[in-house]
Amino acid sequence: MSAREAIFSAIRKNRPAGDFPLPEVPMFAPLVGDDLVAEFGERLKRMGGRVAEPGTDDAFAGVRERLAAAKIVASAVPELEGNLDLRAVARPQEVNDVDVAVVRAVFGIAETGSVLFTQDELIVNAVAYLAQHLVVLLDPADILPNVQAAYRRPEFGEAAYAVLHTGPSATADIEGVLIHGAQGVRSLTVVLLPRAKP
Amino acid sequence: MSAEDLHPREREGVVNPEVRVADDESARGQDGRRLDHAEGTSKPIKAPPVREPQPRGAKIRGDRPIDQGEAAERFLAAPLHAAAHDERLWDLRKKRDAVAHGIPEWEELRELASQIKTHTLAHLDQYLEQFEAAAKANGVHVHWARDGAEHNRIVLGILRDHGAKTIVKSKSMLTEECGFRHFMAGEGIEIVETDLGERIQQLDDEEPSHIVAPAVHKTRLDVAEVFARTLGTDPDNDDAHYLAESQRETTRPHILQAEAGMTGCNFAVAETGTVVTCTNEGNADLSGNVPKLQIHSIGIEKLIPRVEHLGVFIRLLSRSALGSPITQYTSHFRKPRTGTEMHYVLVDNGRAARLGMEEFWTSLKCIRCGACMNTCPVYRRSGGLSYGATYAGPIGLIIDPTFNKRKYSTLPFSSTMNGSCTNVCPVKINIHEQIFAWRKVLAEEHHIPMLKQGMMKAAGAVLSRPAAYRAAIGAADSALKVLPRFAVYNPLNTWGRKREMPEAPRQSFHAWYKQNRMKDGGQ
Repeated sequence: MSAREAIFSAIRKNRPAGDFPLPEVPMFAPLVGDDLVAEFGERLKRMGGRVAEPGTDDAFAGVRERLAAAKIVASAVPELEGNLDLRAVARPQEVNDVDVAVVRAVFGIAETGSVLFTQDELIVNAVAYLAQHLVVLLDPADILPNVQAAYRRPEFGEAAYAVLHTGPSATADIEGVLIHGAQGVRSLTVVLLPRAKP
Repeated sequence: MSAEDLHPREREGVVNPEVRVADDESARGQDGRRLDHAEGTSKPIKAPPVREPQPRGAKIRGDRPIDQGEAAERFLAAPLHAAAHDERLWDLRKKRDAVAHGIPEWEELRELASQIKTHTLAHLDQYLEQFEAAAKANGVHVHWARDGAEHNRIVLGILRDHGAKTIVKSKSMLTEECGFRHFMAGEGIEIVETDLGERIQQLDDEEPSHIVAPAVHKTRLDVAEVFARTLGTDPDNDDAHYLAESQRETTRPHILQAEAGMTGCNFAVAETGTVVTCTNEGNADLSGNVPKLQIHSIGIEKLIPRVEHLGVFIRLLSRSALGSPITQYTSHFRKPRTGTEMHYVLVDNGRAARLGMEEFWTSLKCIRCGACMNTCPVYRRSGGLSYGATYAGPIGLIIDPTFNKRKYSTLPFSSTMNGSCTNVCPVKINIHEQIFAWRKVLAEEHHIPMLKQGMMKAAGAVLSRPAAYRAAIGAADSALKVLPRFAVYNPLNTWGRKREMPEAPRQSFHAWYKQNRMKDGGQ
């Protein structure tokens, strides 16, 4: 008997008898108020992330300092030109030297301050972790109220890879001392920049 | 019983004064407020800079029953470690309470999570078939392993097929269960754990002591010692930032050079064939997105039917574990990247057998959040390694005996039966009732030491009537109010002897028993 057959046979033999119906999951009222942008920003900051309003002249005013300090900027967005072409990257290891990566989020979640990316936004998935800092563009109109609403979106069933980022990489494995940049990015800053009109 | 009652010591501030670098960017948010997300403490908990040797875990002697009390005794004999450990986990528990109370539908979410898991387990064969079919359609290679040894052989086979000798790995309790690292060391495969806590434990050649915070029993001085010995860091520098940064710098080359990446699995979604991992460090994403070969080890009980159910579980998991609304990263792996290979290894290792254990099958609902450990007075005061098993704390007491009834026969006695574990469990496993049920099973099968057998005999009448016991439990907030003294205190339970129990029984067991017997007509 193959392992698969053995496991299935044991499960079928041992399966608990009885009626265990799958419950309907109701849509709970959002925990957040109507101002989703403010709620999103508040939660993101509590999770160690940062929020930057776009400047009137310069959309990236809030992160200029960080960009200026960077030797290598990998941009996956048309709004900003970097100096490393993610589409030309053959191996993920090549993005190890990136100082700042700039990507656009599919959507944000007000309940948690999370942003979603798929392989399409990241181009090279690893850049969102190997880069030292992450700058995320998020259209304020793309903020969903809660986690439940997020999981009704089609991306999770369609994308090869989908990931919710909530602030930067963090650890407190040593005496509970919070440290950003455990293995992944040391900071995550969301720039609330509407998508360019097509 | 209120949460505070479980921890009778007056909490007059922190164990030790704050020692923190002034310009610590991580400690403060953009608006200057102190941050406590991920597993960060809500206030600084620092052991004083006095070297106290780290107490080590239970002595393992083959199949002989683990003497948890002996290991707990040594843990408590290291007062700095014991106090820091207790404080740290209690802080996590309080953070959990704070966020749970912020959600009006919390209890409803727990009930939904429990029902979704129960339903899935009762139809596990169908959901596994659906998951397998979806994964295959996504281009994922699917393997099945009856036990830990088979899991290890399968992974080794995949590595050999690719000529791979190096793995970066994110934390997985399943691979701990399988003895994966030890096996691979014998096969000449280099494994690097990428979770900081797990890496500390790997370098110190110790098992993880906590499901979520593997090195929670260590002080920063212990970590400084381990890193100085293994990574060549400055032995006199015990700053957590320095230590964490040293680990980052030394792990990064391994991540870049590894030929394979491995992760565990928090949730496996049947309808889409997705593996979901939840981490704070982003290390599962590095394991899954950098090497050309990615392998995900999945316990068969991790299945959930649909993506929308993640909307229930993700809301519960990190809140229960850490008091954070979500982990920093919630990652959904569904298809291999272009030019790479993706493998799932679905592992039984006793789960299908557990499914047939009438009193214990619902322990398979567990989502490994660790809330029961954080709240458990025994766990907090004895350390995870004192259990000498992969799973420590309350959930360990009811899972471990299914792996080895003799070796873990004493563990179900490491409980005060206060029921707090059951109260915080996000999937509503009746943990303390199962602990009691295990005591009965082990007594009947003579798996318990003579002394404990004697005590069991004295209480035989109640033990043989789980219904009466359950009724008693159901009627009281705390089982402590009704449990016979032997179940709370016994000479082998170090943690019971050394601490003041909350609410000792006011009535003797015999008085209670008589009263209750009379009530139900002496049946």
